[in-house]
Amino acid sequence: MVEFALPKNSKITGGKTWPKPAGATNLREFRVYRWNPDDGKNPSVDTYYVDTNDCGPMVLDGLIWIKNHIDPSLTFRRSCREGVCGSCAMNIDGQNTLACTRSMHDVKDGAVKVNPLPHQPVVKDLVPDLTNFYAQYASVEPWLKTTSPTPQKEWRQSHEDREKLDGLYECILCACCSTSCPSYWWNSERYLGPAALLQANRWVSDSRDEATGERLDNLEDPFRLYRCHTIMNCAKACPKGLNPAEAIAELKLKLVERQI
Amino acid sequence: MSATDTPKRSMRTPLGRVRNLGAAHSGTSDFWRQRITGVAMTLLMIPVLVIVMMLLGRNQAGAAQILSSIPVALILLLFIFASAWHMKIGMQVVIEDYVHNEKLKLIPVMLNNFFSIAVALASTYAILKLSSGV
Repeated sequence: MVEFALPKNSKITGGKTWPKPAGATNLREFRVYRWNPDDGKNPSVDTYYVDTNDCGPMVLDGLIWIKNHIDPSLTFRRSCREGVCGSCAMNIDGQNTLACTRSMHDVKDGAVKVNPLPHQPVVKDLVPDLTNFYAQYASVEPWLKTTSPTPQKEWRQSHEDREKLDGLYECILCACCSTSCPSYWWNSERYLGPAALLQANRWVSDSRDEATGERLDNLEDPFRLYRCHTIMNCAKACPKGLNPAEAIAELKLKLVERQI
Repeated sequence: MSATDTPKRSMRTPLGRVRNLGAAHSGTSDFWRQRITGVAMTLLMIPVLVIVMMLLGRNQAGAAQILSSIPVALILLLFIFASAWHMKIGMQVVIEDYVHNEKLKLIPVMLNNFFSIAVALASTYAILKLSSGV
């Protein structure tokens, strides 16, 4: 059955409050989820104070500042720091988003609360284990599949057909959408989730691809696709402003279209 | 959930686990029927409400008189058919969402089918009985 409560060893306990940096005038409180696989303790929420005069405006800047100035053991993923790589996806103030594009000043009312993406196994602190998520992406075979002889130059595509990929190709696979989806929380072993399905629709919608039918065959399943109940958390969470729910609806429409 | 809680440690590759038994190649029919029955119920809602209002306060003879009209009986039969089917599909979706034991799941799915058919048949029988005046 669905688990509505956290397992015993995942219950969050009170954490450490780190001392305020000396001499800082503008402080912002950060409450950050901590879990270390090696110490055998339950997760906790540590409190840090960031000197906003000494760091950039984004939540990621704050986390890097904490790591550099207060606690080097704080663990999180980051790379591009400009919303392109998707590494720093985490739950900030209750919403899945990218730490590098969410300003800490947009978080109203008190502390900036930072947690790992929900309902994924945690590797350490803010780092979720996305193995299943990536395998689901691989399962939609996200590459061009053709049987016609390969042309001498590129596979050609009209401007109109290229436009059909807008709103799909921009996905950076940060997992904000899938991990915000209750249906994905309950059935992530069998439901592909909004991110993988948006990518599936990206290839189903590609005029150059010749495996559209096989792709739809592989999606037609009560769990892989039809666990989407149009909850729309995915569209709300997407830091790139995409709409996975719409992409999933398009897939469903194509499946109906080919049988009626 | 922390990494150490992951229930079943398996040597199977992540992709193997995701592919699992493959796609069922079904689900679209149920999806489409749920929409058809949903639209049908929406359209039937007003005539059904009117009929229910007409039936209020009547005795069995009065009800039988109203239901002896063929359009009235047909509207009620269509409504029962659409709603029982819609109910069956909807409940199955809920069961699939929340019951994760694959073998145990067969029991509620089966009971859901029995219940929906029983409700549909009982209602159909009642409408036919009244409308035929037997």
